[in-house]
Parts: sequence; C-alpha cells; structure tokens
Amino acid sequence: MEIRVNPTRMEFNRLKGRLKMAQRGHKLLKDKRDELMRVFLELVRENKNLRTRVEAELSRSFANFLLASAVMSGETLEEAIMYPKAAVTLNMEKKNVMSVNVPKITFLQGEEQSSDAYPYGFANTSGELDSSIATLAEVLPSLVRLAELEKAVYLLADEIDKTRRRVNALEHVLVPQLKDTIKYISMKLDENERGALVRLMKIKDIVRGEDSA
Amino acid sequence: MSMYKVAVVGDKNSILGFKALGVTTYPVTDGDEAARALNTIVREKVAVVCITEAVAQQIMPQIGELNKKLLPAVVLIPNNQGTLGLGMKQIKKNAEKAIGADILFGKEGS
Repeated sequence: MEIRVNPTRMEFNRLKGRLKMAQRGHKLLKDKRDELMRVFLELVRENKNLRTRVEAELSRSFANFLLASAVMSGETLEEAIMYPKAAVTLNMEKKNVMSVNVPKITFLQGEEQSSDAYPYGFANTSGELDSSIATLAEVLPSLVRLAELEKAVYLLADEIDKTRRRVNALEHVLVPQLKDTIKYISMKLDENERGALVRLMKIKDIVRGEDSA
Repeated sequence: MSMYKVAVVGDKNSILGFKALGVTTYPVTDGDEAARALNTIVREKVAVVCITEAVAQQIMPQIGELNKKLLPAVVLIPNNQGTLGLGMKQIKKNAEKAIGADILFGKEGS
C-alpha cells in the first residue's frame, strides 16, 4: 500500500524526511518499551510475592478477629475499638517512570508502632483481639506498599500496551507505506526522465532529417 | 505536602479490626452501598482504598475507572471468609496485557 501523492520531486523529499522521522521515532519508542518492560517485570514479581504474603497475614488476622468476636460480646468489641488512638495519615509523591506518573506513598508519622496500637484497655477484652490488631498493624505498611505497587503495575501495563501499539503501527504500517510511496515516486520520476530523453532524441532526429533534406 | 487517608470498604465483620488502627472504615452490605461509599471516598483525600473482594466483585466497573487515575490506589483484600483470588487475577491480567503472555504464574512450581 502506498500513499496517494503527486509524484513530484518536492513530495519525494518531504516523504524522505518523514521516513527518517518515523524510523527515529520507532527506535526511540522501542527503547522506551524495553525499559518499561524491565521496570514492569521487577514490579510485577514483587507485587505477586507481596500479595501472597499480605493475603496470608490478613487471613490470620481475620481468623483471630473471628475468635475475638466469638469470645466477646458484640457491644464490648465495638466499644473497644470505637475510638482509635491515632488516624493513619499518608503522604503521596509522584514518581516518574519513563514518563508514567506513579504514586509513591509513605507513612507520614513514621512507622506504626505495633506494640501500643491498641486503643482500649486490656480489662474487658480478650487476647485474640490483641493479636488480631497486632497482626493488622503489622500488615498495614505492607498493605500500603501493595496498593502503591498495584497502582504502578496497572499504570505501567497500560503504558506498555500503548507503546507497543505505537511501535507496531510504525513498524508494520507507516514505515512500509512511506517506503513504498518513495519507491513509487522515484520510479515515476525516472520514467518521466526517460520519457523526456526519448522525446529529445526523437526531436533531434527530426531536426537532423530536415537539415539533410 | 499534603495528608492522605486510608479507607477500607467491606462487610462489617471483616473490616472492624481496621478501625482500631485509625483507618476510616465504610461498612457496606451490598453493591449499591459500596458504590455510594466509593463515591464519598473519591471526593475525600484518600490515597489507599482497601476493598474486600466479595464487595469489589459487585462494583468492578467503578473500580476499573479508579484504576486509571493516579489516586486513589485500590487494593483488593480477602474478607474473613478467605480469598477469592481476584487480586491475583488482576496481577495476572496486567502481566498478560503488558507482556502478551502470562509468564508469572505459568512457571509456578518449577
């Protein structure tokens, strides 16, 4: 397939410029894709491992919590955790990975101190609740990290997909198209040149014939 | 510098524990409530939203919208009945989308 153009020398030069540009863009995008892929693979591996760990720990915490809610009455349980000691606050920065903005989330006031995370006195509560809350407090930083990772993985996957489409479009559509068109124009120009040459020779013959007659 | 919060959405029994840590909890029972909770969350400064898989299942389109934005970051967590494997599936889907083939889970065990 070629683009329909007028086979002129000006068009020829313009297309050659475009081809060069397309090839350079293709190379750059390919590099971008490769680098994105490298980062992505690193992140997605970590993501998977972290998720496995977090899910296991959460299940443990839930199991303990279930025990706690079985041992304690619902009202006492709710009363115990009604007023948390401190609110969890996070800070978010943008990180730029190959022009993809990914969030970087950190805890604002240091790490959560798991030892005194309990917002209740120990008198009316059961031990299961303590261990449940302790595991939960431990898993919270991992959970935040997991959120950050999953967001990054999602955004990167999106960008890789987009970049790959662009690379393929350039490689399999635009570049061949431009090449074909350039070839078409150069053939057409050559043909015109030959036509002109033949015409000249013919005229020369005619002129010469008239002279000798 | 600005402060962001953590929010948890899920059935009451699963997420009650989070409340003790100072995380904002949104107990919901069905998809409609969850969707409403999510709308509230989006308007506030929340960086991380944890949603139990059972609830997330009912509001997948909305979560998909959020995933495209920078914030909030949505994490699927198991509820107290155990995991549904949705979170893992999401990772797998991302890997397939980016690489074209599933390379993470295929070679598990080897």
